[in-house]
Amino acid sequence: MQEINISDKNFEQCQKCSLCETVCPVMANNPAYAGPKRSGPDSERYRLKNGIFFEDSLKYCMNGKRCEVACPSGVKIADLIQQARIKFSTASPKLRDAMLASTDLMGPLASGFAPIVNISLGLAPVKGVLDATIGLDHRRTLPKYSSRTFTSWFRKHAAALQDSFPRHISYYHGCYANYNYPQLAKDFTAVMNAFGYGVHLIEGERCCGVAKIANGMTEAAVRDAKANINAFRKATATGRDIVTVSTTCTMTLLEEYPELLKVDNSDVKSRIKLFEPFVFEAISSGIVKPVWKEGFKAKVAYHSPCHQERLGWGIFTIELLKMIPGLELIELGSNCCGMAGTYGFKKENFKVSQKIGEPLFNEIRSVAPDYVACECETCKWQIEMSAGVSVKNPVSILAEALDLEKTSELNRA
Amino acid sequence: MANREFDVIIIGGGITGAGTARDCALRGLKTLLVERDDIASGATGRNHGLLHSGARYAVKDAESARECISENKILRKIAANCVEDTGGLFITLPEDEDSGYGLDYQKTFVEACLDAGIQARIISPEEALRMEPSVNPRLIGAVAVPDGSVDPFRLCSANVVDARMHGAEVLTYTFLDSFIIENGAVTGVRLLDRRSGVVSEYRAAVTVNAAGIWGQAVAAKAGISIGMYPAKGALLVFGHRVNNVVINRCRKSADGDILVPGDSVCVIGTTSTKIPFEECDDMRVTPGEVRLLLREGCSLCPSLSSTRILRAYAGVRPLVASDSDPTGRSISRGIVCLDHESRDGVKGLVTITGGKLMTYRLMAEKATDAVCRKLGLDRPCETAVTPLPGSGDGRIEAVSRRFSGKPTAGQKAAAGRHGDLTGRIRFDSPDDGALVCECENVTLAEIRYAVKELGVTNLEDLRRRTRVGMGTCQGSFCIRKAAAALAEALGDPSLADKLAAEYLEERWKGMVPAGWGDTLREMEFMQRVYKTGKPYSYDD
Ligand SMILES: Cc1cc2nc3c(=O)[nH]c(=O)nc-3n(C[C@H](O)[C@H](O)[C@H](O)COP(=O)(O)OP(=O)(O)OC[C@H]3O[C@@H](n4cnc5c(N)ncnc54)[C@H](O)[C@@H]3O)c2cc1C
Ligand code: SF4
Ligand code: SF4
Repeated sequence: MQEINISDKNFEQCQKCSLCETVCPVMANNPAYAGPKRSGPDSERYRLKNGIFFEDSLKYCMNGKRCEVACPSGVKIADLIQQARIKFSTASPKLRDAMLASTDLMGPLASGFAPIVNISLGLAPVKGVLDATIGLDHRRTLPKYSSRTFTSWFRKHAAALQDSFPRHISYYHGCYANYNYPQLAKDFTAVMNAFGYGVHLIEGERCCGVAKIANGMTEAAVRDAKANINAFRKATATGRDIVTVSTTCTMTLLEEYPELLKVDNSDVKSRIKLFEPFVFEAISSGIVKPVWKEGFKAKVAYHSPCHQERLGWGIFTIELLKMIPGLELIELGSNCCGMAGTYGFKKENFKVSQKIGEPLFNEIRSVAPDYVACECETCKWQIEMSAGVSVKNPVSILAEALDLEKTSELNRA
Repeated sequence: MANREFDVIIIGGGITGAGTARDCALRGLKTLLVERDDIASGATGRNHGLLHSGARYAVKDAESARECISENKILRKIAANCVEDTGGLFITLPEDEDSGYGLDYQKTFVEACLDAGIQARIISPEEALRMEPSVNPRLIGAVAVPDGSVDPFRLCSANVVDARMHGAEVLTYTFLDSFIIENGAVTGVRLLDRRSGVVSEYRAAVTVNAAGIWGQAVAAKAGISIGMYPAKGALLVFGHRVNNVVINRCRKSADGDILVPGDSVCVIGTTSTKIPFEECDDMRVTPGEVRLLLREGCSLCPSLSSTRILRAYAGVRPLVASDSDPTGRSISRGIVCLDHESRDGVKGLVTITGGKLMTYRLMAEKATDAVCRKLGLDRPCETAVTPLPGSGDGRIEAVSRRFSGKPTAGQKAAAGRHGDLTGRIRFDSPDDGALVCECENVTLAEIRYAVKELGVTNLEDLRRRTRVGMGTCQGSFCIRKAAAALAEALGDPSLADKLAAEYLEERWKGMVPAGWGDTLREMEFMQRVYKTGKPYSYDD
């Protein structure tokens, strides 16, 4: 009998143990949120009976997926919640949400006017206006837009050199590195080049779509996903792996495409690699050899972002950083920073977002590191603003700690 | 001492007895309803909950088909909160061609439906899949019919509430011990209060035997013989709704060929096995029945094979042998109303049985007509046009908004269960909105209401009224909370453990036949936490 009836409906595997509730950062801080068990598997049964059982409070879920990591039954709780939002939420995205979500659209628009946008986003009266009109919290330091995108810099200064390297990868830079923080992508290029990898842009790369998912713009997210997977197919056909730097983009490309957006990525999934595991493996298998700077010294606290916890690859970052001589590494406890992408930008979430991050901010303050290491850009915004300590991506830490010239020489062949 | 003189006493608090009590009360009779257990604890609480369109009977039994479609239309009006307009499909699979139930039969079927006044419409397989995406995609034909689903407990309860509102008295946990017979006439009953053990006499000019399959034993107490055939039917409950439209097989009625969506679950059934009378009070579903139901269910809806089974249960159909055939070979499936004065020379006794859940109103009308005739009264029946309590605006949306602009899940679920009466559930104190049963969204307020106004004495009673403990965890997560709330409301907090243990034992019994996969994990969890669950063995 067993062979003919076993449930493959993931939400039915919930045993009601409530473990997920004990780790959900939002539930602990926002009484309006019913928590992972109620919002996920419990309500799913009733939503299947009648859509009116969809609750608006699902919007408070940050989709950081700590609940899924904790669940002993393997219930994809956060996916259920996002799926329900996609299926039932009738609220059409506000202008504010659409602006936050369209990182690709806002990026090019804002980059052209970056100095003006940056100055005006920083001015108190303008922030007040944004707060009142579109609900961006005025206490928030907004991410800056760069005046020159990474891709335009790359095409002009780096692209021509890339074919000369012995090994090659395709680089999925994502919106943040391209529009807000090209230095990260430049650091990436420098490190990969030093290791002997030619870096190639992916023809037709688009935003991963995570912010669109979070803000209810599902159709647009599906379009992005399909375009990206097609672009990846072409890129991997050349034999190159796709390397990424953002944990959130990576999780979206790997997990949310098939689970939430129902976009098949099975043929390219194993070729999408996050920077830290990729480099760690290349070094430990002897494919590449690092030469570290003499006299490098830094006290670094590592914060593992929620999506890294979900991917389960934080260990690679830790081991990679531990390889650096002179780097004293402190692992911070597993806590959410409260930002969760565009979540913490929204006025209604600001307080909760700060409250969630409080234990992490306190820990950072008490450790007093030179800086925090973290693979996630939105964690960076939140921690820098609220804990007052600067945050560096491991890519940039490597760029600083490596003797790039000597490493290059060693890995040329 | 309470007045013990009535116009009519009704034995049996299933849907037939409850409906008859309501009809009698509406016609102004002084009515007493007697049930040995809780209301709806017999076949009424253990059936499929299909609001037949009548299509199922159209080919072989036109009269039943007509009764069904006419009552179907009436119930949608008078019991809006108990009925869900799901629509139904009769599907034909390729293998049905080989057994003589292919598309030729479909033609015969549709003609018979139309003859009986049932709006049956042939639709393409593609349209059927659009209507109900879970239907077997191998189908070669489909007919859409006005089937629906009906919540048996709510329907029964609404009849009892209305009977009470019109002056009827209701005694539950009260057993008909014997009849008072004087000069060849039943003039009253001796009732045993099962909780106190006291037997008391009640008088009425007419008594109605509405005891379902137990009607044979009841009649025997008046020296009357009725040949009844207990036909057990087994059903399987799945963890959530896989379908939102009733799915039937378009062929001669067979085992496991109807999948009915009901509340938060769906139910596949049924089987039909003759069982000895002794088994009617303690039915077990065998692994063989589970296998059969699963196999047939999967041909209606393949994804059942990968859907969690919550439990299995069984009921007994009260089938009556036709009086003209003492061998019992020809069994009537229609309504049987017997006036024992003309049939057996015993005055003051009427038996009403057979029929279906969804034809209860018509059965009650016939029984009440007989009662009035015997009392020499001429009073018209109004049940076909008088809505039941709760029926008003049965839509969850409208009702739940009465609580607040933003009703909680608990309030919406309560609105779905109690319809118009939901307003009586008070969300006043801060803990009223607290969820007791998280699977079925049952709040403390709803439990308090059920205990106060719906006559609850144990957790089974509470379950029937609120769905507490009927969800995925089958009570293992919530039943302590519910037991504590109930014990407190009953005025004796020390009862909680006993109440919970009884309840879990009953759930366990239903889970055993489906004890594998996630259900087995749940059972182990339950067993560890509560040290409950007797092992059961089968001969199968
Ligand atoms: C498996 C199955 C599936 C079914 N599916 C459907 C369906 O989908 N749709 C539909 O319309 N119908 C369906 N039916 C039929 C329907 O359930 C019954 O016809 C209906 O419930 C009978 O109701 P009743 O009140 O006559 O009997 P019951 O509900 O059995 O009520 C009789 C009551 O009498 C009480 N009683 C017995 N003896 C005494 C005594 N001595 N003193 C006091 N009380 C006593 C019992 O406790 C019981 O509560 C189904 C039946 C079965 C078995
Ligand atoms: S994803 Fe995060 S916020 Fe959402 S339910 Fe899970 S733990 Fe809570
Ligand atoms: S942790 Fe998993 S099994 Fe436990 S309650 Fe949450 S979803 Fe259910």
